Amino acid sequence: MPTALKILVAGGFGVGKTTMVGSVSEVPPLETEERITEASFGIDDLAGVEGKTSTTVAMDFGRITISPQLVLYLFGTPGQDRFWFMWDDLALGALGAVVLADTRRLDASFASVDFFEERQIPFAVGVNCFDGRRESTSQDVRSALALDPSTPVILCDVRDRNSSKTVLLALLEAARAQAFARMSPMAGR
Amino acid sequence: MPEAPWFDEEGAGRHVRPYAITGGRTRHSQHAFALITLVVTRSLDDVGHGPLEPESAEILELCRDRAVAVAEIAAHLDLPVSVVKVLCGDLLNSSLILVQSPPDESEKPSVELIERVMDAIRQL
Repeated sequence: MPTALKILVAGGFGVGKTTMVGSVSEVPPLETEERITEASFGIDDLAGVEGKTSTTVAMDFGRITISPQLVLYLFGTPGQDRFWFMWDDLALGALGAVVLADTRRLDASFASVDFFEERQIPFAVGVNCFDGRRESTSQDVRSALALDPSTPVILCDVRDRNSSKTVLLALLEAARAQAFARMSPMAGR
Repeated sequence: MPEAPWFDEEGAGRHVRPYAITGGRTRHSQHAFALITLVVTRSLDDVGHGPLEPESAEILELCRDRAVAVAEIAAHLDLPVSVVKVLCGDLLNSSLILVQSPPDESEKPSVELIERVMDAIRQL
């Protein structure tokens, strides 16, 4: 019986999450939805929701079969919505995350960055450069998002499979570094 | 609101019937499934079972040849994930499926596991 892992692709509306999932998935992106009720949340904080006890979140995802024993799912998560981040299922089995950023709307990435930093989930920031526009450098994005030096920032075009692969590999490299650090706890002292 | 809402009138209406399939249950009382919990139909050449809801029969059909994640089942059946979780809980109680949960958050991935995934991504 195989085991499944996931990589989250978080980012604001229209930033290219589904495109990125589709560029590397072995199946066309699938779509489903989940009704998340108050009891499903990890923390009891519904401030600003005015008595609403459930919400529906849509997600799309793809699949990469790593081996007969291991399947990787990529989940596009609408990262500007805090509801997502109250949901424990989101991070379950997650190797890490890609935060897709649009330099015109970097504020849409703040919630995702906060969440992954707090939960110590390794992540990489992919700056999706539509139409080859590269107005910002990775250093600008790093400063604007106040990222840790260990967090990779990659300029990418998620329509291109190789470019998406580069972002995923940067994330996995960060995850591997974190795993190494766990193996040698003295290293950080 | 600048962003698209999570559900529109049409989407909201679709919820009415799916929960009728589960007898109104929005969660299973005994089993917790994750989005990427994998489901495989048990080969039951010699074990019979009573009549099933059509949706449950579809799940058994879908998961016969390979392990399928709960989210994938939901997408294929066009049902909310929570409905699929309830149906899978019932199928598990009836011993009609095998399931594999993802590692929980305390089980951090090993270097070896991460490298195996990296190798596979490089070869895409």
